[in-house]
Amino acid sequence: MSIRRQMAVSAGLLALFAVIGGVLVAGTETLTRDRIIEQQRAALRATLNEVLPADRYTNTLLDDTVTLSDPDLLGTDEPVIGYRAWLGDEPVALLFPVVAPDGYSGDIRLLIGVDADGVLTGVRVLDHRETPGLGDAIETRRGDWIRQFAGLSLDQPPAAQWKVRKDGGQFDQFAGATITPRAVVKAVRKALVFFEQNQNLLFTQPPTSP
Amino acid sequence: MSATSDIIRNGLWTNNPGLVQLLGLCPLLAVSNSVVNALGLGLATLLVLTASNIAVSAIRDVVRDEIRIPVFVLVIAAFVTTVELAMNAWLHELYTILGIFIPLIVTNCAIIGRAEAFASRNPVAHAALDGFMMGLGFALALLALGALRELLGAGTLLADAELLFGPVAESWTITVIPEFRGFLLAILPPGAFIGLALLIAAKNAWERRQPKPAAQPTTAGAEPDAA
Repeated sequence: MSIRRQMAVSAGLLALFAVIGGVLVAGTETLTRDRIIEQQRAALRATLNEVLPADRYTNTLLDDTVTLSDPDLLGTDEPVIGYRAWLGDEPVALLFPVVAPDGYSGDIRLLIGVDADGVLTGVRVLDHRETPGLGDAIETRRGDWIRQFAGLSLDQPPAAQWKVRKDGGQFDQFAGATITPRAVVKAVRKALVFFEQNQNLLFTQPPTSP
Repeated sequence: MSATSDIIRNGLWTNNPGLVQLLGLCPLLAVSNSVVNALGLGLATLLVLTASNIAVSAIRDVVRDEIRIPVFVLVIAAFVTTVELAMNAWLHELYTILGIFIPLIVTNCAIIGRAEAFASRNPVAHAALDGFMMGLGFALALLALGALRELLGAGTLLADAELLFGPVAESWTITVIPEFRGFLLAILPPGAFIGLALLIAAKNAWERRQPKPAAQPTTAGAEPDAA
């Protein structure tokens, strides 16, 4: 067999396997695509319902979104997606993610829920890289610390108390970790300021088309 | 000794990919911080290793030497992507926890190593058994390390089992040491290295205590561990 022919056979075989592999992957992708999208939506819905219980609104949360952008108050240069909750025509709450950029090791991403009166419905940690065993007490699975934010607002407690205890405020720090709760408290307060500044716009603008 | 029992012994013990060959260390060390994570990645690796060994063995006479490696890589990458999509669809939460380590199964040298060293030279049935046993050996090493680290680091075993086995498993968590704040080091990356070293040391110590089988004195000096 000439060298040319050998090369052609090799190339042909390689192409054949590439096609078989491609078909296998494409087939699986087609089979799983809808299920993956549904799983992602279910996971997102579950997270949102942690912050705002499902019985407090009637609309499809995931389909009523607004794009928010405020590098300072939201803690990120990227625009973020806010979810609007309605009870009939009444605005109930806005759920949106913020970033606490000054965690102990990198960004802490939080999900904030604020109701139409500017009162927090809840705060949850979306992800973080804080030290396991110390800073991760902000997770609900490690402690109830993060739950204390529900019911608070810009005036309750007053501005001087919106700090960790060590800085003269009312929020506990954890044993061995002050930076993490301090970053979270600061980010939550900024989120409330953002909501107050933009509230009138937030519930009147049309939803972003998906 | 038959070839079958040789293959089984090789995969699980003598040539265990995690404890002896030290292949696939990156996922082994990174994902072994809990039993459930370890089990999730172990099963995914087991699946890919078995499937790729079967496929590589089935096509071993068709594929010429020059294109052997690219074809193996293609086969392995295709299987890993399939497993990744399936986990994303059916084990979504576990998939988000294991994250990058699922696609990284592609780079687990244990897989291409078995394709090259065993599957491409042996019939399908043996290759399948070898893939399964090597995968099982890897999964067991991962599981042992995961159990060790979760026990020391959190005082529990099988926490979050529902991510892998569904809602029935919510009560499976075994709290071995109640009210235990955890030995932090075990969960952090150094714990992985120390834990693995302890496992390897324990395996070697156990082997040294075993009386050498008199029938094969020649193999005693040529342990693959030494390489």
